[in-house]
Amino acid sequence: MKYVIIGNSAAGIGAVEGIRQIDRQGEITIITNEPHHTYSRPLISYLLLGKVTEEKMKYRGGGFYTENNVQLLHAAAMEIDAGVKQVVLSGGSRTPYDKLLVATGSSPFVPPFEGIDTVENQYTFMSLDDSRKLDGAINKDKRVLIIGAGLIGLKCAEGILERVAHITILDLAPRILSSILDDDGAGLVQDHLERKGIDFRLSGSVKRFDRNTAILESGEEIVFDILVLAVGVRPNTALLNGIAEIDRGIVVNGRSETSVPDLFAAGDCTQTHDVSSGQNRIMALLPNAYMQGECAGINMAGGEKSFDKAIPMNAIGFFGLHIITAGNYKGDIYAKTEKEHYKRLFYSDNKLNGYILIGNVEKAGIYTSLIRERTLLDTIDFALVCERPGLMAFTKEDRMVKLGGGAG
Amino acid sequence: MKKVYVNEKWCLGCHLCEYYCAFAGTNEKDMARALKDIKINPKIKIEEKDGVSFAVSCRHCREPLCVKGCITGALTIADGVITINRDKCVSCYTCILSCPYGAVSPSDDGAVQKCELCVRTAEGTPACVRGCPNGAIVFEERVSI
Repeated sequence: MKYVIIGNSAAGIGAVEGIRQIDRQGEITIITNEPHHTYSRPLISYLLLGKVTEEKMKYRGGGFYTENNVQLLHAAAMEIDAGVKQVVLSGGSRTPYDKLLVATGSSPFVPPFEGIDTVENQYTFMSLDDSRKLDGAINKDKRVLIIGAGLIGLKCAEGILERVAHITILDLAPRILSSILDDDGAGLVQDHLERKGIDFRLSGSVKRFDRNTAILESGEEIVFDILVLAVGVRPNTALLNGIAEIDRGIVVNGRSETSVPDLFAAGDCTQTHDVSSGQNRIMALLPNAYMQGECAGINMAGGEKSFDKAIPMNAIGFFGLHIITAGNYKGDIYAKTEKEHYKRLFYSDNKLNGYILIGNVEKAGIYTSLIRERTLLDTIDFALVCERPGLMAFTKEDRMVKLGGGAG
Repeated sequence: MKKVYVNEKWCLGCHLCEYYCAFAGTNEKDMARALKDIKINPKIKIEEKDGVSFAVSCRHCREPLCVKGCITGALTIADGVITINRDKCVSCYTCILSCPYGAVSPSDDGAVQKCELCVRTAEGTPACVRGCPNGAIVFEERVSI
């Protein structure tokens, strides 16, 4: 059996580990256009912060490819010839496959701002190479403008704040982290970041760029030395254009299969069924990418695996303030705020839909599990679990299973 | 493989398991001296309410969400035991987000912590099990579903 995986990040690595659970012999080739050992993408901001080295960023140990008998091919996949089951590489050579996984991830989205071409020092923040470039460009004299107050923009800001003169972050949305926080939670985190010295321009947009100046719709002009574009990401679906079904991302079923036989997809390039909302959406998140990739790998190797409990979820922190969120924010609200500790639980129809924890994030996984498993809230002590997440909220019988042996 | 199992019927709520756990991480000979004036942060924790108490520590799941979700590769599973490479952990807390038992927690010095069945202290039987005065925590083979 010949397995080919396009992509060397979480989903691709998950697929290798999935395949090897079933098939120790089959030939595995990873095609990647990044000239690196597999690395943890979320760590690129930690690299700028000096909290990790490139060596420590390795997502798997140095012997990973050898131990798993994987051939690593540093090339760009240009085209999939599904009729003859081959991947066409840059340079024209072809790699045949029996089972193919597309794990191509996502790319930064750069809106067509007027005058963006006149900006000399502009960067995106998605890859190790992006991080290296930014690392080489910053110093204590540089004023930085970041477009986008989402996860990527804010982690970038944390990574460079101490190493630059000043950071301004602009976002179209009226609050920061608009995809994972509600208004009050976002306000709390924004206060924290402002106290560290970051300036925000929210509900703001750029009318045009003129070299090192951003002219906002409000008329304000922001002068910068370095521009970081962190507006958002788009799934890399182009390889499957005209081949497999694509909606917002590549459409896959619970087995990570696309609409084409022997062709699988996993990770940020796909759209996934969110069990917390019942909707299909793009969940560009490392844990989901790994698990979906592992699921694909097991199925590619002839095993039986389903990845069907996906929910959006994020654990992120800025300057020591931790945030954990999951699910979606519909329904009734349990709210508790104590100093910098902020908790919101969202529930309806006897089920927990989502939560936001800022500050104290202890045992957050208890809540995640209630969402993921669609646990009926009247079968547990919901009032207790709102107050204090723990196994105490479950029945004695449930605990016997969880703590007495049925759990693993 | 042997794992730690808990039977709440026998738990006295004495919290000794927490002290033995915290002590196992030190290299001291005397528990009282080692933990004197220290606020312990054990990897096994007692939950208690209305006369019911029980200890919770890592279940060493066969399908470990913490390991699969770990963004750095710091958490790994080998021979059924989930351990953490503290050098690789950046305290992003994705494992705290993921663990359905609430069994991963921040440590006092950066990395997260979780029960590793005392494999690092190499005592054979985990310290919490040896220290439990009433047999409420056991280390044995059971059929896991």
